Amino acid sequence: MTGPQMLRFALALGLSAAVMPAGAAEDTHHGHHGHEPPATAAPAQQAPVPQIPAPTDAERAAAFPDLDGMEHAHGMDTPDMLYLLLDQFEWVDADHGGALRWEAIGWWGNDERRLWLRTEGERADGETGRAELQLLFGRPLARWWDLLTGLRHDTEPGPSQTWLVLGVQGLAPYWFETEATLFVGESGQSSLRLEVEYELLLTNRLILQPLLEINAYGEDDPARGLGSGLASTEAGLRLRYEIRREIAPYLGVSWEKRHGDSADFARQAGEDVSDTALVAGIRLWY
Amino acid sequence: MGISRRRFVQGLALGGVAAGFGLSRAGWGKGYPDGPQTLRGSEFDLTIGETTVNYTGRPRIATTINGTLPGPTLRWREGDTVTLRVHNRLAQTSSIHWHGILLPANMDGVPGLSFRGIPPGGTYSYQFRLRQSGTYWYHSHSMLQEQTGLYAPLIVEPREPEPFRYDRDYVVMLSDWTDEDPHRVFAKLKKMPEYYNFNQQTLGDLLRDIRGEGFRPALAERLMWGQMRMKPTDIADVSGYTYTYLMNGVTPAGNWTGLFRPGEKIRLRFINGAAMSFFDVRIPGLKMTVVAADGQNVHPVTVDEFRIGVAETYDVIVEPDADAAYTIFAQAQDRSGYARGTLAPRAGMSAAVPAPDPRVLLTMADMGHGGMEHGGMDHAAMGHGAHGGLTHPASETGNPMVDMQTMMPAPKLDDPGIGLRDNGRRVLTYADLKSLFDDPDGRTPGRTVTLHLTGHMERYVWSFDGIKFADAEPLRFSYGERLRVELVNDTMMEHPIHLHGMWSDLEDEHGRFKVRKHTVNMPPGTRRSFRVTADALGRWAFHCHLLYHMEAGMFREVRVDEGGAT
Repeated sequence: MTGPQMLRFALALGLSAAVMPAGAAEDTHHGHHGHEPPATAAPAQQAPVPQIPAPTDAERAAAFPDLDGMEHAHGMDTPDMLYLLLDQFEWVDADHGGALRWEAIGWWGNDERRLWLRTEGERADGETGRAELQLLFGRPLARWWDLLTGLRHDTEPGPSQTWLVLGVQGLAPYWFETEATLFVGESGQSSLRLEVEYELLLTNRLILQPLLEINAYGEDDPARGLGSGLASTEAGLRLRYEIRREIAPYLGVSWEKRHGDSADFARQAGEDVSDTALVAGIRLWY
Repeated sequence: MGISRRRFVQGLALGGVAAGFGLSRAGWGKGYPDGPQTLRGSEFDLTIGETTVNYTGRPRIATTINGTLPGPTLRWREGDTVTLRVHNRLAQTSSIHWHGILLPANMDGVPGLSFRGIPPGGTYSYQFRLRQSGTYWYHSHSMLQEQTGLYAPLIVEPREPEPFRYDRDYVVMLSDWTDEDPHRVFAKLKKMPEYYNFNQQTLGDLLRDIRGEGFRPALAERLMWGQMRMKPTDIADVSGYTYTYLMNGVTPAGNWTGLFRPGEKIRLRFINGAAMSFFDVRIPGLKMTVVAADGQNVHPVTVDEFRIGVAETYDVIVEPDADAAYTIFAQAQDRSGYARGTLAPRAGMSAAVPAPDPRVLLTMADMGHGGMEHGGMDHAAMGHGAHGGLTHPASETGNPMVDMQTMMPAPKLDDPGIGLRDNGRRVLTYADLKSLFDDPDGRTPGRTVTLHLTGHMERYVWSFDGIKFADAEPLRFSYGERLRVELVNDTMMEHPIHLHGMWSDLEDEHGRFKVRKHTVNMPPGTRRSFRVTADALGRWAFHCHLLYHMEAGMFREVRVDEGGAT
């Protein structure tokens, strides 16, 4: 029995027992043959009150016309939709020079099933420094949360690698957009990423968006400059203006710090451990 | 706020149907702003087609009946058998549903339930005998065609004299027009439910509240809403940001005008034919005497203002005795715009247009969560607790498509409604509606069917008992039975709930018959019940009349058959 059927059954049983007159409750278990003439109905059936005459055969035919198997137009669920959000598409003015950075998500599907796409990366001096693409399958998990599973593929930094992805995303209390994702790499590397975002309405169009991202790793990966444990913290503050909901240029500042072994690897490579940069970009969605 | 924004809200003065009604049949369209034309008799030909309209400065294609928006007003006579040949000239299937009219199921016009729809190029002949009188309307029940213009007034004149007198009779049909493709509107709501809400609380509001109420109370209030992930500004899903609100198909700038001679009694038949908009209606300077609701006569009650839910109708009588113009002002419930027209002794006159009321904020009490003192409520318990005998259906528990459940719902029949309390005006409430006739059935309901109105704002999913129409079994009514339908609103929005084919006899808080309706409005935090005589065999639609809520799943089939309820 499906959920709705069970509910209906329980409802009918419970209510008929509680509310219906004893005689009427008996036909709860009767089959319902929409076109059955009243003469063949069980004697226990509640007689229609006099002012409601038994329907004629013509009336029965008019009540249940042959729809030739046609489903109700609304019988289909909400159609599949496509959503693409280019959350960050920005020029980063960092100490060591400029870079182009992107972060985007998208989905295709309906309320129950969605195919998700996540990508982020960075290009500087004509070279891609970091690029990852996630392809995930998402389902609602709880009131405010979706469960996502799938694959992630990194082309940079270092040799490309593929990860298994298990993630939860949704709306935490007080309107914090939250993503918690576990990655398990083909080499046995593991990684945890936590992202939290908030939108502060200065006006209904001028919106300040703070965000925080934390990355941790299970093992040292010197080739990619990653150390085990807490590896990096990234914070951003972007002020956007929604010309339309879908089109919002923004200005902001981003700050990144590497921790522990990751910081050591950075120092060895002659890179900065922390980096503060101004950003300018545009947020778009469809 | 530039010119273009103003145009959007107020529309063009000479907007509306631009292309000579497409059909150019002599003697029909009298042009705007005279309002929709009227067809009388018992035989009609109606043609569904496309017509160019221009309400905002941008020409758009509307879906129309006989080339006009709204379609022609049909005037029928009680007891007559009417025949309506509806021709579909669209490229997709269409339909017409006669809202509030009792008829055989195959005449009801709901594709897939009671007929197959009218195919492109096809004709469907509707024929039925009129067993009622009053003010109604008709509209498409196919996809989102209603949003694009497929709706019109319907009047059934009574055989018996009416218990009130009037000298003039005007239809005032309110609706909402968008230049956007309604499928795009729906998609936007799915992706970003607050897309059209530019009335959200800002940092400035918080600072103002802190100055006014103190830091702790102001913050506590924000945290309470934040904890629930709800917004107190969630009044309307679609707003004046995209809507131009129309009165008889005319923009506020176009100013539909009804003429009168001072001292005359004017009957105004208000019909809310909007897809998504509730209106709060008043005529500054005039008292309105409400004489009928949803086509049924009620004990006259005199008010300054009334709220009209989507699909409801109210007949009022006004008596302007000055040689002056009066504004008919119908502001959208979220105050993001208004429809407007004028009653005047001479054409071209107008009166001051009131400013819309301030932004409306929901309270916890509005949502049936008790007063503010229940602030730090235990939401985990909300789903299971039995507050005041309230239990929630099991299908709501642990359901990711249900974002909240009311704790202490009440009938609230005497509540003027969110944004209308203590505004200094006498506002109509459901408690004021008293039928002029007794319960026409007389039997005590044999059983109660309880349905919870449910949804999830952020996912933009709407349902009954947490089950969307796509996944739901029909509700079974047994032919001939008298039953009670009890509705509990577990959402934070107001829903006008419409049952096809049979009346919804609204009860008071003690289970006594109040008034016969076809659409029962359910504000958040309410629990209301109505009686149904299941005297109409067939498969009937039962749904929220907010178009995008219906589309998102707040819809059920009600199946009336002779086998008994199962």
